Amino acid sequence: MKYTEEHEWLRPEDDLIVVGITEHASEQLGDVVFVELPDAGTTVSKDDEVAVIESVKAASDILAPLDGEIVEVNDAIVENPGLVNEDPLGDGWFFKIRAEDATAIDEYMDESEYKDFIG
Amino acid sequence: MSDLRRTSLNDLHRELGAKMVPFAGYEMPVQYPMGVLKEHLHCRAAAGLFDVSHMGQILLRAKPGQDAALALETLVPADIAGLKEGRQRYALFTNDAGGILDDLMVANRGDHLFLVVNAACKADDLAHLRAHLAESCEITPVRDRALLALQGPEAEAALAALVPGVAQMRFMDVAVFDTVFGELWVSRSGYTGEDGFEISVPEAQAEVLACALLDIDAVAPIGLGARDSLRLEAGLCLYGADLDTTTSPVEAALEWAIGKPRRPGGARAGGFPGAGRILRELQEGAPRRRIGLRPEGRAPMRPGTDIFATAETDTPIGAVTSGAYGPSIEAPMSMAYVETGHADDGTTLYGEVRGKRLPATVVPMPFRTASYKR
Repeated sequence: MKYTEEHEWLRPEDDLIVVGITEHASEQLGDVVFVELPDAGTTVSKDDEVAVIESVKAASDILAPLDGEIVEVNDAIVENPGLVNEDPLGDGWFFKIRAEDATAIDEYMDESEYKDFIG
Repeated sequence: MSDLRRTSLNDLHRELGAKMVPFAGYEMPVQYPMGVLKEHLHCRAAAGLFDVSHMGQILLRAKPGQDAALALETLVPADIAGLKEGRQRYALFTNDAGGILDDLMVANRGDHLFLVVNAACKADDLAHLRAHLAESCEITPVRDRALLALQGPEAEAALAALVPGVAQMRFMDVAVFDTVFGELWVSRSGYTGEDGFEISVPEAQAEVLACALLDIDAVAPIGLGARDSLRLEAGLCLYGADLDTTTSPVEAALEWAIGKPRRPGGARAGGFPGAGRILRELQEGAPRRRIGLRPEGRAPMRPGTDIFATAETDTPIGAVTSGAYGPSIEAPMSMAYVETGHADDGTTLYGEVRGKRLPATVVPMPFRTASYKR
């Protein structure tokens, strides 16, 4: 599992990478009430705003962590945004991306580095 | 947050695990560990306790030979002279341009009036009262009392367990009770769309009273976050967001706060600041109007969202002033000001959210039916 400074987690799964937001992020956001996801099949570049998440407090953008193609999205969190708070690392995942360069994930933080990052 | 003022419940908020934020010059709880969404739902299902001690409490007492109600009527369009003893009414301080300086509650307590005003406006309101009513009234800010709100379907049972007399009160009644918590000034009112009470309590006893209420199973502490979504579902305006010095009572759809005797043909017609504009708008309508909007999708339309008449037109016809997800209606909701020609219920309008025009329907407010005990 890798972590970005945008508080996203990346977990390799077969030849794809699953992306979600961290528990820390979900706690900071508060209750999530709205999620907008990209269409499966969308080609994205790193740092593109690919998804939107709104909590009771504010709206935030979810950035593409890597260049690649969004191959699957988690419609369950669109139907039930509360899943993002209940299970941010599991059922609350956002999308699966096929990275152009799967090794690009290595630049991101590992768990201990992320823990230091959020202090 | 060292420059911020603290209410007498500050220590209690911290013990309860509140997240404290600056609000109107005070350090206030925005949420407790339960979180905004669950706090909102708890208040609708059981009872919520709010610290609203930051709000201003002011006593208005007539000087010899004067009449406090008639004096106050020179500053508000409400019918204050017709307000019976033991009753409370919503009012607006207007300015000479017909805009709104603040919204407030006025209670008739027999030999004086009791005013509750917004925290952010209270210094200006006091100055305004002193500038205009000093000759007719003694104006006394109450600085040694906290203010609690207890709201929700279980509020009556909870408060009546400590102060039995409150069960006899109806919506907008006010009464004074001598209790072990000192003298309580209680009104059957609130700002959530729920039945409930607002309780002015001596600061020294505020924490004991709050703890006694929180000891009751049904009662949970509720922060400012849920207070905002509760009042928005109830269709109630937030001063500074939905009302300001440029919005008139008619634009704000608050005609009901203009008393019948203060209207054209009434016994005390006009005689408040901005009466010319406000009474003209009452008869002819205003160019813009506060409306309720229900977005068709799930995306909330936040304050500042531009509103358009169609999906294509370039010029906005208005903007959102309050917008959030409504936990009880399980949908997004917004208040907006739009040109009056587009304000009819059922009209489809478009809000621009992240560059996309999203449809929303003009709906009557409240978004959720209130459950006051009338």
